[in-house]
Amino acid sequence: MDAIKVVLAGQPNVGKSMLINAITHSNAMHVGNFSGVTVDKTEICFEHYCHQFELVDLPGTYSIRGYSQEEKVARDYLIHENYDVILNVLDSTHLQRNLLLTLELLKLNKKMVLALNMADEAEKEGLKIDVAQIEKIIGVPVILVSANTNMGIDDLLHRVHEVADHPYRDNSNILYSNAFEEEIIKISQFLKERKFRLRDLTYREMAIRILIEDKELYKELHDEPIMIELQPLIIKALHHLYTHHDTKNISEIKANEYLAIARGIRMETVKCQLNKGKKCTTKQIDDIMINKYLGVPIFFGLMWGLFQLTFSLGEVPMGWIESLIAWFSGELNQLITHPAARSLIVDGIVAGVGAVLLFLPNIIILFLGIALLETTGYMSRVSFLLDGFFHKFGLHGKSFIPLVTGFGCSVPAYMAARTLKSEKDRLITLFIIGFMSCGAKLPVYVLFVGTFFPTHDAGTILFLIYISGAILGLVMAKALRVFVFKGEDEPFVMEMPKYRMPSFSLIWHTVSSKAWSYLRKAGTFILAASMVIWYASNYPKSEAIANSYQTKIVQANGNEAVITQLKIDEKREALEYSYLGRIGKVSEPLFAPLGFDWQMTVALETGLAAKEVVVSTLGVLYAVGDSVDEESSALRQVLFEEYKQPEALAFIVFIMIYLPCFAASMVFAKEAGGYKYLLYLFIFTTVTAWILSFVTYRVSLGIFS
Amino acid sequence: MKLSELRKGDKAIIQKINTDEALRSRLNSFGVGRGSELSIERCSLARQTVEILVDGTYIGLRAKEASHIEVEKL
Repeated sequence: MDAIKVVLAGQPNVGKSMLINAITHSNAMHVGNFSGVTVDKTEICFEHYCHQFELVDLPGTYSIRGYSQEEKVARDYLIHENYDVILNVLDSTHLQRNLLLTLELLKLNKKMVLALNMADEAEKEGLKIDVAQIEKIIGVPVILVSANTNMGIDDLLHRVHEVADHPYRDNSNILYSNAFEEEIIKISQFLKERKFRLRDLTYREMAIRILIEDKELYKELHDEPIMIELQPLIIKALHHLYTHHDTKNISEIKANEYLAIARGIRMETVKCQLNKGKKCTTKQIDDIMINKYLGVPIFFGLMWGLFQLTFSLGEVPMGWIESLIAWFSGELNQLITHPAARSLIVDGIVAGVGAVLLFLPNIIILFLGIALLETTGYMSRVSFLLDGFFHKFGLHGKSFIPLVTGFGCSVPAYMAARTLKSEKDRLITLFIIGFMSCGAKLPVYVLFVGTFFPTHDAGTILFLIYISGAILGLVMAKALRVFVFKGEDEPFVMEMPKYRMPSFSLIWHTVSSKAWSYLRKAGTFILAASMVIWYASNYPKSEAIANSYQTKIVQANGNEAVITQLKIDEKREALEYSYLGRIGKVSEPLFAPLGFDWQMTVALETGLAAKEVVVSTLGVLYAVGDSVDEESSALRQVLFEEYKQPEALAFIVFIMIYLPCFAASMVFAKEAGGYKYLLYLFIFTTVTAWILSFVTYRVSLGIFS
Repeated sequence: MKLSELRKGDKAIIQKINTDEALRSRLNSFGVGRGSELSIERCSLARQTVEILVDGTYIGLRAKEASHIEVEKL
């Protein structure tokens, strides 16, 4: 039996993802293809009473007539793809606004089911919804559901099933304004007299579509002889509507009609039993959170707290992971006897992947924080608070969301920029997302900050790194707006959704999928990169170097101190002789003015693959051979001996600014609309990184010496 | 009068939206259109953005956009 293909459509913040969660959970079926990217459509398959369901989740859109990317994705899917039923999800507490989308969806002439989500909340607010009446007006099944309490979920699936099996959709009984109704009657009367049929449309439906100037219908009518007689009728009718609505814009007339219908349905079917005037919680919270004066400080306080937490709370599990890795590589060291294989596994793979795993706790905490801010509805408030500020830098308040996501990972951030309607706003935002240091850069910062600065300052310095990156991004945005992307700004119009308690399962889902993808990256990309780096740093081997040190060690006559020093020197020379050393040496002059040696240069270059690799490269480059032991901060020790603060700072600055990782770069190219943009981004970031890193180095040389 | 001229706490009814097609349809899809009743909930610092309440939905608007909306104060 074929699966029933259901498309979920709804406005943003109606709890669509929660509903999907509830549906898939209560049916305990596998979730496939859940990409975790809300801006694209996602597909889920499951079974319900031995019936295959296929859910397609479209991005939340206020309308399907709009111009934003998401709206286009939704519209294209709804119009051109094959599916059985549209499951329109509505927020029971905002029925009027949500119905506007429903009215648009009805015009698609597909089978449909309405799910009035958050019914429990509506009940708490004292709203009584007359479901049967809505059903009668709209002509499709309406079910009260709550993703929170699982109420109505089973019933919903049954009804979807029924509707899918049913050959027709019932006619709707939607009433337009008096003027509009008059014209509908005139035109449909005429069509009826002429017994004119088109597709399976009713006379009334045809008349409505004629009046709202449905292009598809006009195309079909165009070839019909009836058009000649129809034309004068239509012109007269339109004039009537023009005067009635005081505009000659048919889409404005349509919008006005829809607004009036939605208002009418709400007034007819929703009764409020609680007395009004009671201040709702959202308003009370907002009185503080987006207070004129307190709002911005609160926001910065929250952000600072998040980074503090990331650093201090992450420290504990990091210690555990570190000792686990040390124990593991110690065991492997004893287990494997073949020297080359041991070197590959212990120094290459375990050291490289281990360095990345170490930062998993930090990343989980950071993502948890961002997910919390997002699901509670606070993010939109921040956009509201900061739009005035962002606008000065040529950005949009909405740019805030992709930018903050950029602190987690650039990949979803680039995708989140799709919510920006204006092409220029979007491109500027895309270009500066990289300045918001992503989670993968965190290990590098933690490593260098932890090594060169006292522990009690570390959180603050980390915060400063992130903030200065963000400020730099804003300055760059302004520069781009003034010199490159000139023109009209996108208007700022945004819903402030109700505050909601974050759902545990949704947060869990977001954080775990992020953590997984980080781990997957560690298991595949970084594993491979570690092996390549290990190979490049170990081969070719030089007999001459090995022999000359062999002789020197014999000559040292058992003097332990001299022998240890000689061994370190030998490693260094062997490294310089290796492929990696040669690459670093060749490009070293480019970075010498910044105070970078060839090891740092190599680390930066491998960092183009993924930022986590920077740490593991340094790990491989320095933890050569036997230095992985119980000593917990082996790498830090070496770095501390090798570099001073100025180099460290210059290195941090360079990491902050230069090109994001390979995966992110690819997404950037896709979102920006071509590889030429990636080239611009490469030039833009590298030049900026070089100059600022140079300045940092020179200035801090002055300060620290 | 213009929406941007209203003060916090004022209530008004929308008369006309004088913006381009894209913005008007966006406002419409939020439930903001001719005849909608709104109240000004708050303004951000320096009145760069205003928050309005329409049919139980809070909507943030930039002052510039608000100046294109004609209202009748209640």
